[in-house]
Amino acid sequence: MSSNSYKAGVKEYREKYWTPEYVPLDTDLLACFKVTGQSGVPNEEVAAAVAAESSTGTWSTVWSELLTDLEYYKGRAYRIEDVPGDSESFYAFVAYPIDLFEEGSVVNVLTSLVGNVFGFKALKHLRLEDIRFPIAYIKTCGGPPAGIQVERDRLNKYGRPMLGATIKPKLGLSAKNYGRAVYECLRGGLDLTKDDENVNSQPFMRWRDRFEFVAEAIDKAQRETGERKGHYLNVTAATPEEMYRRAEFAKEVGCPIVMHDFLTGGFTANTGLANWCRENGMLLHIHRAMHAVIDRHPKHGIHFRVLAKCLRLSGGDHLHTGTVVGKLEGDRNSTLGFVDQLRESFVPEDRSRGVFFDQDWGSMPGVFAVASGGIHVWHMPALVNIFGDDSVLQFGGGTQGHPWGNAAGAAANRVALEASVKARNEGREIEKETRDILTEAAKHSPELAIAMETWKEIKFEFETVDKLDV
Amino acid sequence: MAYQQTQGDFQTMATLETFGFLPKFSQEEINAQIAYIIANGWTPGIEHEHPDNAYDHYWTMWKLPMFGETDMGHILSELEACHRSYPDHHVRLTGYDNYTQSQGSAFVVFEARR
Repeated sequence: MSSNSYKAGVKEYREKYWTPEYVPLDTDLLACFKVTGQSGVPNEEVAAAVAAESSTGTWSTVWSELLTDLEYYKGRAYRIEDVPGDSESFYAFVAYPIDLFEEGSVVNVLTSLVGNVFGFKALKHLRLEDIRFPIAYIKTCGGPPAGIQVERDRLNKYGRPMLGATIKPKLGLSAKNYGRAVYECLRGGLDLTKDDENVNSQPFMRWRDRFEFVAEAIDKAQRETGERKGHYLNVTAATPEEMYRRAEFAKEVGCPIVMHDFLTGGFTANTGLANWCRENGMLLHIHRAMHAVIDRHPKHGIHFRVLAKCLRLSGGDHLHTGTVVGKLEGDRNSTLGFVDQLRESFVPEDRSRGVFFDQDWGSMPGVFAVASGGIHVWHMPALVNIFGDDSVLQFGGGTQGHPWGNAAGAAANRVALEASVKARNEGREIEKETRDILTEAAKHSPELAIAMETWKEIKFEFETVDKLDV
Repeated sequence: MAYQQTQGDFQTMATLETFGFLPKFSQEEINAQIAYIIANGWTPGIEHEHPDNAYDHYWTMWKLPMFGETDMGHILSELEACHRSYPDHHVRLTGYDNYTQSQGSAFVVFEARR
């Protein structure tokens, strides 16, 4: 208040930013950080420093602070907790008033919360574990252009996960050969195929040529199978202008869906593209290149559940979540925790899944979870069990590595998927009965029998690096 | 030569979405899928369409969706009645979930006689 007088100098952060008596408001944005301080600094002081440096504070008192009501605008560290099984780190809970952030801008939220504070010298490590977005803020964000329900209706896919594949080899094919690979996958029974994230518009295959041949492949496969198909045309580009140009052309050739890499492309581009997709009736597939740089270290960076929440707000109809069972890192409970954040309208706090806050999503549409990377037919029952129907299961090598080629590989996966869904609906324990279910289905599908033989020995059994703190 | 001989030819099939790649269901298998719809509290509904128009989003409804129906025998007799009336149409059973406003289940029970 105006009764304060100005005293130059450096204060302890905790005098102002450590407020254990504070009860967070429903409109506050709440954050949980895993903090590892330099030795000798009390935890309360470190937590307060994080709150200060990610909100209104700076290292020195300045006279112009007295021109505003910092008591209203400041972030508050309101709780600290031990990290189970870790004596070095602790959790700090910080509440930020909603007016610190521009409406509808995850860019602004992240710039504040994971900005300078991550390089702060008093910290050894800092990890943003979770954010509770208040429903008032969620209502200012556009979210998924279509969402799960609308996408199912457009593509006519019900009662099962959708089936996809990334076209391989991921680099080097000409546009016509690439379209051939797409056509073979789609005619064999896949619902969707995907550009590899590395495919943008290289000398071996310019984007316009790829879009034209892929559109023909989709059209022919739809006519022949009677089912609705799509291919994620990657419109990630060097500039937003070029990205929109490519998206416009994808719409023009009749493809129902485009694709973007939200971390390398950036949240600004992503939110813009999501808005464009909403206005143009296009679906949006989101890839997550660079995420492991940010989210894999257990003590530093941003947990993927935060990036997933930010993507749902920024906009996307599909998001890669890992597979749990395939070649890429991913703890099962932790993955289920952020898959819920993508799809549900309310997710309660659940530390066993790494969920630190209740999260109310209101009416925001849901995002399909995409499981992709090093998976094959033997994983199918487990994937159906883990990810449920609102997912896209993508088998790249697991489709196109089939000895008879893409179409047979696609059919093998489709048979395995439908056999798993059927068995689940019959009440069977499909993960335990994997061998029986697939063997039974393969009696009617030589394609599946050969796929089972081809991939019977492939497993990816390594310890997860980033485990939940339990 | 030897390589070519180990290869199979995959013929493109016209399929009807979910369960289109599985062999025709036995009565017992159909019953199990209906039981799944009932157990989830979804509304069973029947739609039928001539194969020429099967790609359309809208198939023709057989009567109204069976709101609150939990009797499998009744659902089966409606499916059969629809099939008898439209033997040259595909007949699809849907399980409508009014919470998600989507279909939790949808599969073709009778394919059109050709």
